[in-house]
Amino acid sequence: MADPIRWARYRWQRLISSEGREGSSSSNSSNKCYQSSKTIGKHRIVIPCLGHFKEEYEKVSKLYMNNKIRTTKYTLLNFLPRNLFEQFHRVANLYFLFLVVLNWVPLVEAFQKEITMLPLVVVLTIIAVKDGLEDYSKYKMDKQINNLLTKVYSRKEKKYIDECWKNVNVGDFIRLSRNEIIPADMVLLYSSDLDGICYIETASLDGETNLKQRQVVRGYSEQVSEIDPEKFSSRIECESPNNDLSCFRGFVEHSNKDRVGLSKENLLLRGCTVRNTEAVVGIVVYAGHETKAMLNNSGPHYKRSKLERKVNTDILWCVLLLILMCLTGAIGHGIWLSRYSEIPFFNIPEPDGKLIPPILAGFNMFWTMIILLQVLIPISLYVSIEIVKLGQIYLIQNDIDFYHEKTDSTIQCRALNIAEDLGQIQYIFSDKTGTLTENKMVFRRCSIAGQEYCHEENAKRLESYQEMDSEDEDSADHQCGSSTHMSKWRGHNCRAVNEPLNRKSLNQLSGSYPALGREDGAGDGPHSGHVAFSSPIETDVVPDAQLLEKFSQISSHSYQQSEEASSRLSLEAMYITDFFLALSICNTVVVSVPNQPRHKMRLSSLGRMPIKSLEEIRQMFQRLSVRRLSSSPLPSVKESSSESPYSFVSKLSIFRMKLASPALDGAAQRAAEPHDTDSPENSQVPQELGTVNVAASCEHNDAASSIEVSPLPKLCYEAESPDEAALVHAARAYKCILQSRTPDQVTVDFAGLGSLTFQLLHILPFDSVRKRMSVVVRHPVSNKVVVYTKGADSVMMDLLRTASQVGTNNSEMEQKKIKKRTQKHLDDYARRGLRTLCIAKKVMSDAEYAEWLNHHFLAETSIDNREELLLESAIRLETELTLLGATGIEDRLQEGVPDTIQALRKAGIKIWMLTGDKRETAVNIAYACKLLEPDDRIFTLKSQSRDACALVMSKILEGIQNTSAKKKPSQKLGNVSASVSTQAPGFSAGLVIDGRTLEHVLHDSLQNIFLELTEKCRAVVCCRATPLQKSVLVRLVRNKLKAMTLAVGDGANDVSMIQVADTGVGILGQEGMQAVMASDFAVSQFRHLRKLLLVHGHWCYTRLTNMVLYFFYKNVAYVNLLFWYQFFCGFSGTSMTDYWILILFNLLFTSVPPIIYGVLDKDVSAEILMQLPQLYMMSQKSVAYLPSTFWITLLDAFYQSLVCFFVPYFTYYGSDIDIFSFGNPINTAALFIILFHLLIECKSVTWIHTVVTVGSILFYFVFALAFGATCKSHNPPSNPYWIMEKHMTDPVFYLVCLLTTCVALLPRYLLRVLQGTLFPSPVLRAKHLDRLTPEEQREAIKRWKDDCIVNCRVDFQATSGSSNSATGAVPEEESIASVLPTSETPFQACSRDGLVEDTSFLPDIQDESGHTNGLDSEKTVFLNSSNETNSDTFGSNNSYAKVSVCASEEGSSAVSLAHKAGLNSVLCEENALMYFTKLEC
Amino acid sequence: MKNKTSFPPREGEARPSRCPDNSAFKQQKLPAWKPQLTIATVLSSFFLTGAFCLSVGVCLILSTNSVREIQIDYSDKCSDCSKLRENSSNWNKECHCSVNFMLKEDILGDVFMYYGLQNFYQNHRRYVISRSDAQLLGRNVNIQKSYCAPFTTYRNGTPMAPCGAIANSMFNDTIDLFYNLKSSVIQVPLLKTGNSWWTDKNVKFRNPKSYNLSSAFAGTARPPYWQKPVYLLDEEDERNNGYINDNFIIWMRVSAFATFRNLYRRVSRIRQFADGLPAGNYTFHISYNFPVTKFKGRKYVILSTVVWSGGSNPFLGIAYVVSGTAATLTGFVITAIHLKLRKKKAYFQK
Repeated sequence: MADPIRWARYRWQRLISSEGREGSSSSNSSNKCYQSSKTIGKHRIVIPCLGHFKEEYEKVSKLYMNNKIRTTKYTLLNFLPRNLFEQFHRVANLYFLFLVVLNWVPLVEAFQKEITMLPLVVVLTIIAVKDGLEDYSKYKMDKQINNLLTKVYSRKEKKYIDECWKNVNVGDFIRLSRNEIIPADMVLLYSSDLDGICYIETASLDGETNLKQRQVVRGYSEQVSEIDPEKFSSRIECESPNNDLSCFRGFVEHSNKDRVGLSKENLLLRGCTVRNTEAVVGIVVYAGHETKAMLNNSGPHYKRSKLERKVNTDILWCVLLLILMCLTGAIGHGIWLSRYSEIPFFNIPEPDGKLIPPILAGFNMFWTMIILLQVLIPISLYVSIEIVKLGQIYLIQNDIDFYHEKTDSTIQCRALNIAEDLGQIQYIFSDKTGTLTENKMVFRRCSIAGQEYCHEENAKRLESYQEMDSEDEDSADHQCGSSTHMSKWRGHNCRAVNEPLNRKSLNQLSGSYPALGREDGAGDGPHSGHVAFSSPIETDVVPDAQLLEKFSQISSHSYQQSEEASSRLSLEAMYITDFFLALSICNTVVVSVPNQPRHKMRLSSLGRMPIKSLEEIRQMFQRLSVRRLSSSPLPSVKESSSESPYSFVSKLSIFRMKLASPALDGAAQRAAEPHDTDSPENSQVPQELGTVNVAASCEHNDAASSIEVSPLPKLCYEAESPDEAALVHAARAYKCILQSRTPDQVTVDFAGLGSLTFQLLHILPFDSVRKRMSVVVRHPVSNKVVVYTKGADSVMMDLLRTASQVGTNNSEMEQKKIKKRTQKHLDDYARRGLRTLCIAKKVMSDAEYAEWLNHHFLAETSIDNREELLLESAIRLETELTLLGATGIEDRLQEGVPDTIQALRKAGIKIWMLTGDKRETAVNIAYACKLLEPDDRIFTLKSQSRDACALVMSKILEGIQNTSAKKKPSQKLGNVSASVSTQAPGFSAGLVIDGRTLEHVLHDSLQNIFLELTEKCRAVVCCRATPLQKSVLVRLVRNKLKAMTLAVGDGANDVSMIQVADTGVGILGQEGMQAVMASDFAVSQFRHLRKLLLVHGHWCYTRLTNMVLYFFYKNVAYVNLLFWYQFFCGFSGTSMTDYWILILFNLLFTSVPPIIYGVLDKDVSAEILMQLPQLYMMSQKSVAYLPSTFWITLLDAFYQSLVCFFVPYFTYYGSDIDIFSFGNPINTAALFIILFHLLIECKSVTWIHTVVTVGSILFYFVFALAFGATCKSHNPPSNPYWIMEKHMTDPVFYLVCLLTTCVALLPRYLLRVLQGTLFPSPVLRAKHLDRLTPEEQREAIKRWKDDCIVNCRVDFQATSGSSNSATGAVPEEESIASVLPTSETPFQACSRDGLVEDTSFLPDIQDESGHTNGLDSEKTVFLNSSNETNSDTFGSNNSYAKVSVCASEEGSSAVSLAHKAGLNSVLCEENALMYFTKLEC
Repeated sequence: MKNKTSFPPREGEARPSRCPDNSAFKQQKLPAWKPQLTIATVLSSFFLTGAFCLSVGVCLILSTNSVREIQIDYSDKCSDCSKLRENSSNWNKECHCSVNFMLKEDILGDVFMYYGLQNFYQNHRRYVISRSDAQLLGRNVNIQKSYCAPFTTYRNGTPMAPCGAIANSMFNDTIDLFYNLKSSVIQVPLLKTGNSWWTDKNVKFRNPKSYNLSSAFAGTARPPYWQKPVYLLDEEDERNNGYINDNFIIWMRVSAFATFRNLYRRVSRIRQFADGLPAGNYTFHISYNFPVTKFKGRKYVILSTVVWSGGSNPFLGIAYVVSGTAATLTGFVITAIHLKLRKKKAYFQK
């Protein structure tokens, strides 16, 4: 009994110990997080194929792919079977295969076996050839890439030799020179750069053209000489291949079991290009298909369009029809047979002389009929749809209006089969930044230490820019571009190896085929990508006079101040200094000089100043010590203590001293610093000494700085985000110039202080969770560790120092004041639509730092849950911050955005703005881009609990329904289109909702009410939405409302939304290619959506629907001819047409015109469509393809086939006509009918239509004549010999064809005539406009629009009038509806700007003031009503919901005053019930 | 061209702009004829169509009216024979009957003699294909592979010539026409060749090559329903014998409908028949071989003239007149609507 337990314990201990061993070996640190052995299996171990690793290498590397890639789907051998297999995945193809097989059953065989196969074979062949060609080009590309050469270390020859890419294996050492392409994912082990940095350009991977910095694995960067692969004796363990480009985890284990963490900073990705670095050496970790680039290449994706789904259902109808017809045939045949008691001559008995019983014969006939009438299911339809879509895409891609000159980019259609969906969009979900706005950040305002600087001059400059916008930017682009171009060109020469590579292949290197649009830009384009975020509008910042004044006074004033004085000015000066330092340091901007592009500015003044080099040495020592410090888990107390004795005051004084000497400070600092570090006592050295010391070098410094200043404009900042660039440029305007940045240090040229070199200890990069980034630097002056943080105010404000420290009460108060005022400024900025950032700093003692560093180091080296640990570590650092100030950055609207949005809304499309920005910013942008209009009522949904949210929403809904019911009792238009009709004219509302509320709203129970609410609103703005929420929203609307959705965005955060939507549109913006990669269409400007939807969407949709309907018509009409004949041939399945002609009729004679029609038909011209967005509603409501349309088409087809059959029938009745001579006029007439029907349907006939139609007719006759002349005997004996020839000489033939055609087409023609004259649809009316002269046209369009507006106005006035009279209000069109949950609590004063000052103590529901803000705030009236309720009013939940319902009118200021006055009196009214009230003044 | 690149070309790379061509096709601005249904085009189209149809219709009716035709159903008139033929064992018994009729007026011009069959589904799918064109071309083919089954070979393997159901069921009545002038009976001279299409007779149907027909068809047997082998179809005329027999050729051109007529003879315009058939009493002498009762069919013999628009079927003319009238009426209706609506403002074309 005890034994098993003991055994178990033994096992357990063994397990533990082995795990412990594992753990201890994995890291020297205690909490190395190695979770379990199961994850180890997922890791990959990379060992160089060298020396003692050889055996293990052989064992391990067999498991890994080599670098050979094969992106082709087929090989020569498997092409046929595999292609066929794939093609037969299509149900339609299977159906036709079934028919072919069926035809081989002798009993039911209708045609000659081989002939039935023909259509299928043709279709399969066409598609197979297409696939084959595609695959072949891929194969060629693969081959080219596989045979590229690179330098791989060879063990035999002990040097790097040229090797093809395909022969590169995991574990190989690769040496790359500048401008070479990286062949596989490798860990960077050596860089010729002294700092162990390598720059890579990832343009071909993600389209981002700024350089990315990669770092040599820690521990290797100090090596002076190149790494010797022979001596490399470490193992690399990293995660298994995955497609996450932004993440790489692993570690290097040295032979002494030391581990060094690896991150994406150490990984060079396949397909990227090495820039600015002479040589790098790396070890391959992932190769071939396992590289991140290849794993990311998912290839094109297929979506099924709505129309296609509808077509499929209609095809099912056709199947039903077919079955019906076949049943008729079967039953008819049975009955016909049973009439004969014995075998008649014409019924051929079975070989045994018996006749099959009628029922069996009828059963067989059913299948025969299916074969005979198979054309009813149009096989050619699928092929034709594909071809038409290709044609449509081709035309869209070639539209010159989508060409954006500045970026030399045009539209990219990445999904080939959903073009017609563009015509049916009902909802657009748009990102804000970069989609509606330019994503060109312009520094507008800032607030430092509670003091606002509004930069009026800058605003003026921007206005002038707005006017002369494009040319300036062009020239700027040019300037910047031309210089870089040279070097790029040189780069091409260097890349001799890559010469055969064209751009496409370059793309494929990275595995990102779809990056087509940007290849040029990435390759050598001088456009926006390259000069990212540095158009003059962004770079030229005119400093604020006041601030500049203060800035320049910093030094001189403080110079005169006494040291201890903590006077306002000096403190402010410190704030200003720190603020600008933070602006220029706290970022990841890469500095380069254009004429030496992508060469980072490395210690620009090095060598010019001897003292500087001394400084260098000192810093190098320091760096080493720090590194030692950082590499050892427990930093020595000695080091940290050596610097600790500084008091805050002394540091301050020193700092101020530096500030005091404008000319000398740089030198003084340098002079002083060594003293500082060496001996604390020396800090008391009199200033004079310092001054004297550096007096000599002062001139140098001046000279140097003058040199540095003159090439100032040549500094190029390459930032990851435009905000960063904007801030750096702003700082530069104040002569706080970021000079250079290396991984270890940042040099800033500070106007008053000279060059300051900060030792860069850490960068905690930006992430969307923290919403902030920080840098940890060692301040060169104070030598303290300083953390500069910038981030969103919502998170930053909570991180500020609050706990009172003894003795600093004064500054504490100051901080509080600053915080309050800054918050006010921030709110103001947000209201102006500016993007806000808070800047804060924190001074750390070395001990604190060391402690933090310890933790951080652990986080960095852990492999599994490193992200969380790093996040935790960052959060630990970013506390207790001191607020320095805030910035307001303007992101200008893109050109034409308001117009586009207005047009799209007129087109009946609902536009939602989903953004991560603040509510105020989002709302203001919404106003600016006309998404919301000043007349709109804005409902703001902001609640903290689900219940409250539900309540508020139902109240709003109730309110809307009340008002709308009151306003327009007769407005119900029926439920044709709920989304349009419910949104009645004269009543328009907007909904603003924030991310946290969205969370509640998206819960299952609230979805319906939320959607109901949004349907009533004409615009919805979601702010603070996460990418996931965006996609959930889109999916919600798509699934629940069954609406067609389009998502448009430009950044990685929009990808999920773009993928979920029916149609995803990516904007080729400044934020890389991820959105574009995920999208179906990529445009360069938001305004292009207008033409894309209104014109191409409309065209594609109407064209394709008409073509599909025509195809149905054509097939039904033609097949019915055969069906009618069955009634006269005993339902025996005879066809009166030769089989060849029968089969080829669809395949050859009538296939091209509909395709041309589908590609080229143009019902209304593009100009009219653009001017009358209302026309879009036609296609949106699927007017062209209603079920009734389908059935009318079928009816028409039936009629036409009846005419086409029975006119010849009665003409030839009782004559000696033979079967094929009878079929010939029918067939010919059918051809004419079908082709002329198309002409009637055609809205515009070009020469192409004419050629194709005439060509088809000619081809038919030529074929029939030739066939008739040659086939004396072909088996089966459906022998049309000489029939056409005979008929061509017979007048009756012509008369029959003529009459048949006329009579058949008469109803359709009449219908079109009546439609065109009596009940013209809007599209027809618009078409009519095309014929008018330009003046008339303008007049007519104006009248049309006026009609619309008048209609709306009438409604509006009627409704508002009634409401006014009901309330007895002033005759302003003014109505304020407000949910006023009131209670005993006194009315809470509400801030005019509509922001909640304090939310924490609010009880349950607060009716929060809403606000609206038009473009010009002067005219906008803010009407706020605020009230507060007790928690017992609404359930027991302790959360609160705020709703603000507010409407504002753009009125005169007098009115606004009156409003304000009215507010005060009315709002104080108290009521225990919630009610909807009208406020009047 | 809108394509103005803002960058002057630099050395080494004249990078083509991505700007699409500004061609009419690519910009979808091809000059197009936009058929506009204006009142002028609509009305003119209806009235023109109407006028055209009416005139053609009148012409057709006039020409059809000039056709003289007489049709005699003889399936019941020879009831004895039809009874006899019902039993297929009597196939080789001859049966004759005569049918008298009177022409009240002359039939002028070319007179064609047809035999008509009712309810004979020559257009049955399997019947239609039951032939071998290659065999009929005189080629020595393996008819086993053709669609002739089951009329390909006898049990002993002798192939049928011609094979297939169509040939087997060939109409084999012989009809002679006699003109009863006063008391004398004159046989109306009938042409038995030249009735089929020239191409059929000279291209599509060929006898096997041999020194004489009987040897050419040696080794083959007649189809089961035939009374005599194929090379005895017309013993008088070598060029009307075998496969190129006109009656055979015409029969092989399967008819489109279950009720049909086939050209049998033409009246030879000689002697008193130079202008056609004069009025008077006539008699058909029919050798009744073809059974029709089996399939509830009927047999006719038809004498008719032919005009450019075909036979006596007036349908086409009437159809033209009707549709012409309809088009004209529609035109008037549209005019009325137009006039009425023009007074109202709502009419968008003003």
